[in-house]
Amino acid sequence: MAPITIDFASLNLMTLSPMLVILLGALAILVIDLLKSDLDKTLYVTLTVLTLFIALGATLSLNINERGLFDTILIDGVSVLGQAIIIIASMLFIPLALTKRRFHEFSYPEFFSLFLFMVFGFQFMAASDNLILIFVGLETASLALYTLIAMHNTKLAHEAAIKYFTMGALASGFFAMGAAVIYGLTGSVEMNTIAKVFQDRLGDAGILIPLIGGALLMIVAVGFKVSLIPFHMWTPDTYEGASAPMAGYMSIVPKMAMMVVAMRLFGIYLELDIEIVRDVIIVLSVVTTTLANMMALVQEDVKRMLAYSSISHAGFIMIAIALDTTKGYSSLFLYYGLFMFTNLGAFTVLWVSRHKYNIHDERFHHPYSKFAGMIHRSPISAIIMAIFMLSLAGVPPFSLFWGKLYVLSAIVDSGWYVVALIMALNSAIAVYYYLKLVVYMFLKPEDLSGGKVVYANRALSLEVVIGIAAFVTVTSIFYIDPLLSFITNLVGASGY
Amino acid sequence: MSNILTVLIFFPLIAGLFGFMVNQKSIRVYGIAVATAEFLLSLWLWLSFDTGASGMQFVEKLPLIPEFGINYYLGVDGISLFIVIMSTLMTLIGIVALSIKENIKNMIITLLFLEVAMVGVFVSLDVILFYIFWEFSLVPMLYIIGAWGGPKRLYASVKFFIYTFAGSLVMLVGILYMAYLYYSTTGVWSFSLTDWYAFILPMSVQKYLFWAFFLGFAIKVPMFPFHTWLPYAHGQAPTVGSVILAAVLLKMGTYGFVRFSLPLFPDASVAYIVPVAIISIIMIIYTAMVAYAQKDIKQVIAYSSISHMGVIVLGTFAMNVEGIAGSVFLMLSHGIVSGALFLLVGVIYDRKHTKMMDQFGGLALSMPTYATIFGIMTMAAVGLPLTIGFVGEYLSLAGFYKVSPIMTILAGTSIILGAVYMLSILKKTFFGPITHEENKHLPDLNGKELWALVPLVAIVVWLGVYPKPVLGPIDKSTKALVQLMNEKAQTDLAKQTILVSKNSAKEAK
Repeated sequence: MAPITIDFASLNLMTLSPMLVILLGALAILVIDLLKSDLDKTLYVTLTVLTLFIALGATLSLNINERGLFDTILIDGVSVLGQAIIIIASMLFIPLALTKRRFHEFSYPEFFSLFLFMVFGFQFMAASDNLILIFVGLETASLALYTLIAMHNTKLAHEAAIKYFTMGALASGFFAMGAAVIYGLTGSVEMNTIAKVFQDRLGDAGILIPLIGGALLMIVAVGFKVSLIPFHMWTPDTYEGASAPMAGYMSIVPKMAMMVVAMRLFGIYLELDIEIVRDVIIVLSVVTTTLANMMALVQEDVKRMLAYSSISHAGFIMIAIALDTTKGYSSLFLYYGLFMFTNLGAFTVLWVSRHKYNIHDERFHHPYSKFAGMIHRSPISAIIMAIFMLSLAGVPPFSLFWGKLYVLSAIVDSGWYVVALIMALNSAIAVYYYLKLVVYMFLKPEDLSGGKVVYANRALSLEVVIGIAAFVTVTSIFYIDPLLSFITNLVGASGY
Repeated sequence: MSNILTVLIFFPLIAGLFGFMVNQKSIRVYGIAVATAEFLLSLWLWLSFDTGASGMQFVEKLPLIPEFGINYYLGVDGISLFIVIMSTLMTLIGIVALSIKENIKNMIITLLFLEVAMVGVFVSLDVILFYIFWEFSLVPMLYIIGAWGGPKRLYASVKFFIYTFAGSLVMLVGILYMAYLYYSTTGVWSFSLTDWYAFILPMSVQKYLFWAFFLGFAIKVPMFPFHTWLPYAHGQAPTVGSVILAAVLLKMGTYGFVRFSLPLFPDASVAYIVPVAIISIIMIIYTAMVAYAQKDIKQVIAYSSISHMGVIVLGTFAMNVEGIAGSVFLMLSHGIVSGALFLLVGVIYDRKHTKMMDQFGGLALSMPTYATIFGIMTMAAVGLPLTIGFVGEYLSLAGFYKVSPIMTILAGTSIILGAVYMLSILKKTFFGPITHEENKHLPDLNGKELWALVPLVAIVVWLGVYPKPVLGPIDKSTKALVQLMNEKAQTDLAKQTILVSKNSAKEAK
């Protein structure tokens, strides 16, 4: 038997460079922890940020449209954008560990190394078109994420982690089954081969039912991870139990990674004009946006409200996948790029007032009443939070307005006028619950029945993150055009 | 990875900026982690370096100010590659061995910024970019000496700054004049070194420009009679400051000779061999004698380091492959050996807070490991065969022998004089009975110091026995350099002196 020779150059390890940087950073943190104990968490935070920064540089300097690692890694514009959003969101998240008060999870160096391993997994999801590698990435990232949630070490956090784990395992099961069906039909796990075989076999009798069956299994898996209704049940409880920054993080990064996978996979079906897949996605999006908005209306806790709001945003943006146009896909990345700053900023404002013992309310950490009269207590925080709320509601000139505008215009361009109308009306519903918080903060008198509100976590790093988020949210009008052309170029270059 | 040089320059900068977030008590580990990553990156540069080629590699060129011909232009060849690696290594070792307690956070961040400047100087191919990094390197060093130095630190740091700054301003005028000449001849502005290499100047202009650049580099080296800032700077600087200063910052001057003076002004360089060689020989002999007269160990090493820099300059002005390749190799070996010696002096200073030789004696009994490593480094400094010091010194002197045997013999006394003062340190501090009671229980090297010193010992022996992996690429690029000089030379004298011999440095050895 001839020995197997692999040319090292053919692996094209450069395509892996962002992942390798993250991996090395994670291992370095573990090694440092092993060699020397009693180190301050600022060290680990800084090393993590540094690693992410280098990885961001490596991501942006990747050559577009290259393959590597036995052709399982596909670096196209979409994977660059996906990885960049994942890394930037992680860089915004990790300084939030530097609170004044000590929190359980951040006192362990393993937290930071697990965090980097999770980013590593998500990067693989965004940068691969091989179903097995995507699955491995998904599991690596998810298992790390469950642990990170549980490390918050409160009763609710444990509940959140278990709920997320159970639902996540179910979603992974669906993903594996969907992949198995697709593999059974095509004999391949590579998406470009899958696309070709689908094309060839489309004429076969009875092929349509397993084809659509596989797609439906995949939609369920994606639905769980992206939290589309009716697969959203875990979301509010998990967000409530996890620490506020972690909840904000979960509303962006796992969804971004899964959206890229969905784009690649359902793109195959939409190319072949299998309309039922398109219809299912559109129906799910519309239902998700509408119902999540209704549920958000009745929440008494701001964090739960933000959880439902992020479900509704996910539904809103999911529709871009069903459009299958360059404008639609570009709008998806634009939306997430803007949503990332605003949403993480809003969750960070909650994080500032989190305190282990000084709880305002028996049941909830962040009831609306806690924010009553905030304008008198800390006017700048109140104004910034109001900006975040208005941006989430899509009020111009704040950043998410442009995202909404662009998504709606992409929907209209594809001829789905009714859907566009429903989505626009949904934004009007959403304004109510966002404004509710603004009303509490600005117009209601201070309510001290639940005890004093303390801002125990206030620290420079949190203020910087909130400042960056607010800055990006407010100044969007100045950078939206270059950002959009950058995104459209990258998306267009990958052939979507 | 085509942009590895940019990463090498800006990684310490970014890491340094993020370093402000790290808590004081964990900053050392952060510094070590960052410096290790930077060192590994530079090793990767060596791995992916094509050792068969002589030209610039990993070239990056972006316009910065296009109307004025200023580019962001980087590249590395066999000459600069190893100096870059040595800079990252010595920074790492300096941080590992750091014994400073107060304001350690500022120190580490400063060292990371200094690393940016050092790497930047050696990989810049645009003269303005080179000048920016060259001047930027002064600021962190000023702060290191001024903030953590000895009692006369302010005087020492300001003297260091003003001396080098004055020299580089003269060089700046030279740079601008050169650029103007280029503009008036070709009609376009350019500060790219490769453009300047292709530009032939008449001898009447060369001689002025040569001395303008010479002054800037000579003060940095430092050459006699501009050397007086260096003993002060070394005497007052903290250990890590001396290590970086001796190992890397002085090399900027000799690197400047090799990269700028020789290829830009070949005729003038040849014409002024004799005055430069005389200055070098005075520097070698005079400072060696001064070194012998010192009572402070650190001063001995400071003067010995000046003396050895004389040999490097002499080798550079040999104008042939052996001499120049030898002097580049000697830059590396001098960096490693003098860096290690300054570290070793720092070790006893930390224990006894004195560097006076008469306070010691018989240290080999109480600190055997320390004495062994000091002994090895002494031998390397003296230039014993099979240590790193021998290779470069031999090649430099052998190269200059072709120019003038008599001057080479005079310069060769550096080996004898070196042995005299270095062995006298060994005798006075390590051998004999313990003369001071309190020295009996001095602790030997601790883990941190061993981690810093043992790699240097390994390099000293490895490159002393088998210098080929380093000497090979240096030789390749030096040959190309000499070839270029030979082609550019206009006067007959220069044509004859610049020997493009078929022998390479490797074969000569």
